[in-house]
Amino acid sequence: MNPHAYFHQLLAAALLLALPTTLRSAEQDLDIERLRGGSLFAKPIPVFVSGYSGEADTVLKNDLFFMGIDSVPESQAQYLLTGKYDGSQIDGALMDKINKNYITRQAFKGGNARLQAHTLADAIAVALGRGPGIGRSKIVFRAKRGAISELFITDFDGQNLQQITQDGTITAAPCWAGRDALYYTSYKLGNPDIYYHKLSSGERRPVARHLGLNTSAAVSPDGQHIAMILSKGGNPDLYVSDLSGNNLRRLTTTPQEESSPCWSPDSREICYVSKSSGANRLYRISSEGGAARSVPTIGVSNCTEPSWSPDGKFIAFTSQAGSFRVCVVEAKGGDATILIEGEDPSWAPNSRAISYVRRQNGNRVLSLLDAYSKRTKDVARVWESTSQPSWSR
Amino acid sequence: MKKNITIFARLLPVILVIAVGTTACSRKSRFGSVLPGRTSDVTDGGIAGRGTPGGNRNIDNVPPIGGNNGLNPGGIGVNPIPVVPEGGLGTDSGKRTEFDGMDRHPETFETQTVYFDLDKWNIRPSEIEKIKTVATHLKANASHKLEVEGHCDERGTEEYNRSLGEKRAQSIREFLAREGVSPDNVRTVSYGEDKPADPSHNEGAWSKNRRGVFILLTPPKTL
Repeated sequence: MNPHAYFHQLLAAALLLALPTTLRSAEQDLDIERLRGGSLFAKPIPVFVSGYSGEADTVLKNDLFFMGIDSVPESQAQYLLTGKYDGSQIDGALMDKINKNYITRQAFKGGNARLQAHTLADAIAVALGRGPGIGRSKIVFRAKRGAISELFITDFDGQNLQQITQDGTITAAPCWAGRDALYYTSYKLGNPDIYYHKLSSGERRPVARHLGLNTSAAVSPDGQHIAMILSKGGNPDLYVSDLSGNNLRRLTTTPQEESSPCWSPDSREICYVSKSSGANRLYRISSEGGAARSVPTIGVSNCTEPSWSPDGKFIAFTSQAGSFRVCVVEAKGGDATILIEGEDPSWAPNSRAISYVRRQNGNRVLSLLDAYSKRTKDVARVWESTSQPSWSR
Repeated sequence: MKKNITIFARLLPVILVIAVGTTACSRKSRFGSVLPGRTSDVTDGGIAGRGTPGGNRNIDNVPPIGGNNGLNPGGIGVNPIPVVPEGGLGTDSGKRTEFDGMDRHPETFETQTVYFDLDKWNIRPSEIEKIKTVATHLKANASHKLEVEGHCDERGTEEYNRSLGEKRAQSIREFLAREGVSPDNVRTVSYGEDKPADPSHNEGAWSKNRRGVFILLTPPKTL
């Protein structure tokens, strides 16, 4: 253990002992509550789901779970969701169990059973105040096989896997630009360069091809800018450009490494990682430039891979101290909460579910996490190793 | 607010039910009524290419990026300077094409591979002579250039490792510059943890993977 951290813990312990007993126990209760996630994320809404079977039933319940709606026995339910999939369309009526009020009734046709179930789940989540729905969201990630890595897109639940690149080289750090385009890093030309890739047409064009490192593209939520890491200035630094890679502006000039930028939901700030203090820490900086502010992550250290929640409240990130742990902290910084063993979190549109990566026998496995319950589900096993998830908005 | 609406709704259940009978598809909360509902067509939310990978256009022959987009690349001009400024030795992106067509010789400096400590990019004293050997060759062969690969072990997060690998390669490039090699003749390529020398998951492998690799570049042979 880092001697400074040890000293701080000793100091904290000494301070704690000095406090009156009653106060200490209250503090401890608060900590326990925080560790359980109870104070950070809304409790699941218990719903009794009936009338569905097979794939529609599985998809519906899984979607609802990752939107904070638990399928429970009727006796424990607060709401009742009743409906059916009749082979061509799905319907569902949501009722408040106590006062028998109907909240909503929805029916969907077209697509297939799976897509209809996703759509119904989204509608139910929105009706219960747990929107925006994630049922039809997608995750782009990379899969590795030996020295080759390519990008894949999957429905968030791991179905409908689709290979996107076939370059036979290293491909990395994908991010969404709307729902029909990606930015990512490819070594196709012998150097890590950033490309734009329109999915519907297959059109690709280079965005950053400077000498040295071009990586970690992140598109602003307003779709106007890209943040990225370039080393054209002699070190890995944070830059911002327009969507074509032009009008480039350098935001950091430290002699140390910067990495992994992500945007605030209002597109005005960028959270990124810098080792300028000697250890990896999170910082926030205006996308216009200026002074960077540290984002304190009290209780954890060596922080990388930030992901700003779409509701703006939290930054999820990876802390590495021996093992890797997915953590969250309020966007302004503060006490960090450890969510689970793993790394590289990416928030779902609902700011509740998180896609992340856990290590198993030296390889990485893509997983989903419900931030409240800490329940997880592995998705999309492809090749040897899957990592770097980016969840569509 | 919600409570007020509920009370109001309770006062007018009969009226509402009657009124609703003629309304096709209101979906607000209603007391005890069966909603007529509406059947909508589903979409996958607009992601194109479902079932069609959408092609994969070749990116082999993309035009070079001109200039350096108006940025001052850390204060380095066309003339090499042996002093490393605080922000690092910048590069001129316009010069990338000078490297691209050259012949590659990964074997020449195979034994000069530079090893690093965990999560560090400073040059260990044991590695200095290796870099000096490479510097001597480059100074004696003006037409030769160099690619320095930066690599990491797997004990870091992926994009951080890509930055660390770059910093390791830049650290070697700066050392070469201090030895009198023009930094314009040295390019850096970070592979992060993506190209381990040894794919095992143990300390023996990790120490071999934290490395800087030299690829000698020579002008293409003309027939």
